[in-house]
Amino acid sequence: MSDYLHDFFDIPSDLQHSWLGLIGLHLREALLPVAAGLLLALPIAQLCVRFRWLYPPVLGVTTVLYAIPSLAFFVVLIDYTGQSELTVMIPLAVYSLVVLVPAIVDGVRSVSEETLAAATAMGFGPVRRYFQVQLPIAVPAIIAGLRVATVSSVSLVSVGMLIGNQGALGNLLHDAQIYNRPELTWNSVITTALLAIVLDALLVLVRVLLTPWMPNRPTRRRPAPALEDAAR
Amino acid sequence: MNVLHFAGAFFSDSAHWHGYDGIPARLGEHARYTLQALLLATAIGLPVGLVTGHYGRGGNALSLVATAGRALPSFGLLVLMTTLLGFGMLPVMIPLVVLAVPPILVTTYEAMRSVDPAPVDAARGMGMHESRILFQVELPAALPLVLSGLRSAAIQIVSTATIAAYVSLGGLGRYIVDGLYQRDYEKVVGGATLVAVLALVTLALFWAVARISVSPGVRRR
Amino acid sequence: MIITAKSSTRSIPRHPGPAAVALAATAALLAGCSSGGTSEDPLKGGDAKGGTVVVGSNNFAESILLADIYGEALKSKGVKVTYKPNIGSRETTYGLMKNGGITVLPEYNGSLLAYLDAKAKPKTVEETTTAINGKLDSGLELLKPSAAQNKDSVTLNSETAKKYKLTSDSSIADLKDVAKDLVFGGSPEFQTRHQGLVGLKSVYGLQFKTFKSLDAGGPLTQAALKKNTVQAADVFTTDPTIAREKFVVLKDPQNLFGFQNVQPLVRKGELSEEGAEALNAVSAKLDTKALLELDAQVQLEKKDPLDVARAWLKSAGLD
Repeated sequence: MSDYLHDFFDIPSDLQHSWLGLIGLHLREALLPVAAGLLLALPIAQLCVRFRWLYPPVLGVTTVLYAIPSLAFFVVLIDYTGQSELTVMIPLAVYSLVVLVPAIVDGVRSVSEETLAAATAMGFGPVRRYFQVQLPIAVPAIIAGLRVATVSSVSLVSVGMLIGNQGALGNLLHDAQIYNRPELTWNSVITTALLAIVLDALLVLVRVLLTPWMPNRPTRRRPAPALEDAAR
Repeated sequence: MNVLHFAGAFFSDSAHWHGYDGIPARLGEHARYTLQALLLATAIGLPVGLVTGHYGRGGNALSLVATAGRALPSFGLLVLMTTLLGFGMLPVMIPLVVLAVPPILVTTYEAMRSVDPAPVDAARGMGMHESRILFQVELPAALPLVLSGLRSAAIQIVSTATIAAYVSLGGLGRYIVDGLYQRDYEKVVGGATLVAVLALVTLALFWAVARISVSPGVRRR
Repeated sequence: MIITAKSSTRSIPRHPGPAAVALAATAALLAGCSSGGTSEDPLKGGDAKGGTVVVGSNNFAESILLADIYGEALKSKGVKVTYKPNIGSRETTYGLMKNGGITVLPEYNGSLLAYLDAKAKPKTVEETTTAINGKLDSGLELLKPSAAQNKDSVTLNSETAKKYKLTSDSSIADLKDVAKDLVFGGSPEFQTRHQGLVGLKSVYGLQFKTFKSLDAGGPLTQAALKKNTVQAADVFTTDPTIAREKFVVLKDPQNLFGFQNVQPLVRKGELSEEGAEALNAVSAKLDTKALLELDAQVQLEKKDPLDVARAWLKSAGLD
């Protein structure tokens, strides 16, 4: 058993990283795109809230973008960005963006007219009102979107293995094949799943901390359809 | 417009249009895998989602199952199943179904819970049987969301069946994986285009089904 | 300073014990303190080019192992090495050699020639090298070939061999009439190579029922043969599983798969003379028997290729 455990964490030298190193690499490849997606999604969502006519076409475009399979997305980018980490991260950023825009729009829109009117009456300008009233109330919806984007991103990084071993923990899958070491496949699957679960739990924690006024259990909401497009 | 050029070259090569590695054969395989996996996942996810949603129980358990299902990396699971079970449809179907059940399950549950309780209470007051309430009152109202869950599942299956070419599955992913190893960018782009088109066709099919099957009263809401 | 002292391997003995490293580090630290950084950059060393040599490999176990052998042999001569292992198929790695992404790559002379010129039919190893040098990109050159050979092959599972009464004395040509009933398995790139499905058709007239894309002689291929998902497959002749699973390798009288000597492909002028000598010394010692043994250590005994490479270099007196 201890032998098996030793093999389990014995990462082949050709990956040039320890197990922890691969985790770090995986986190970077998975989370940077989510952060980029969030940064882009906030202004886009705000535009969609401000100009209502903009939302349906934006939703249409994002739904179509989300339908493009990850591997297809990766390989088309190879021509522009090579077999690199960037090639993996760009599509993941797009997927995150696509999940986050409707989440933020729905969240911000869920702020009632009365609340907005009250804020205005208190002398809040539009910018202050956005950052201090609308955005905080939208936090649960944004975090729900972030959870889906993050978990899906963590899962998809592994596919990067197919484009020149850019898949961090996913690279273990190929090494398991060529060295006849199935325990490396287990390692890849279990570690990736645990990463996803831990990140998901952290986001739930963040929501609880950011929204002390909310009951711990989220109230029932009509989920945005795109939110269910998780791992691909 | 490099990519367009490559795609054009791929589709105009007549050799890509026949035989076991031809576009019709690979497209057929991909559609078959998708349908099989979707049917299996629906058979599991839909009834459970409908019943739990109807009684409003087990929501927490469902979201746990869904989180766990989503956290499992599909690509890793594919390789793992192939290692454990060898060749055949089973090792491919397991990850595809594991992938597709959570969106169907959770969306169906949420859809049933989001149905306006007033007509349901009215139906119950009229003495309608629970199963009739489920199928004749709740389901029609929940249908748009239920379909969106099935759509997500279908799109994910199309996408993941592509990756399965790495473990020697047929389908459109064959072109992408083979093209990568053969350094045949034409093939890669051709395959990517076909998969994207198939995903968009799936999207369009679901849109059409929703147009036809959702009652106008619900749609207007 | 500590880091740079460690990496300029020329300044320390080949096998620095911890004490030696500590000494060198201390010396470097002291030097850094006293000279105030006016001395030469230690990374430049005394090497011909002073640049880092990038050793790449294809995405199968033996190629990674060979790259480790080359890389460690270079390191022992004080060359600064970084590895880029496990990249992909030749179609990818050759492109990287051309554009300078990698400096050294373990190659197989016959496959490389077939990739460069499908029609060439060399009779000897020397002819192969000459033919390759004629077609090779101007920035690249081959160093000396080793005696170690690892060929592609047409290999049957024992079930199929029994069914058609074929043995290891039979030839690929004997499949002519039955190929239409057989599924052939190989790497995706095998399908479009001359030393692959294309040549099997044009040289031996074999037309298989279908081709199943698997991996480059890896576990997918082995499993598919074992389970009879494919009846014939491309298995590397140094694969330790051939003996274990009683697979039958067919003879190749037309020499379709050519000579397959392990041979270093390098970028011209980017390797010091000492470095080139180190690689040639590896080629001089490496034969098929040694390669088979090393492969078995990696693929059956599950040792890390880098450890196996170091141990072999030591035993061959090349470290």
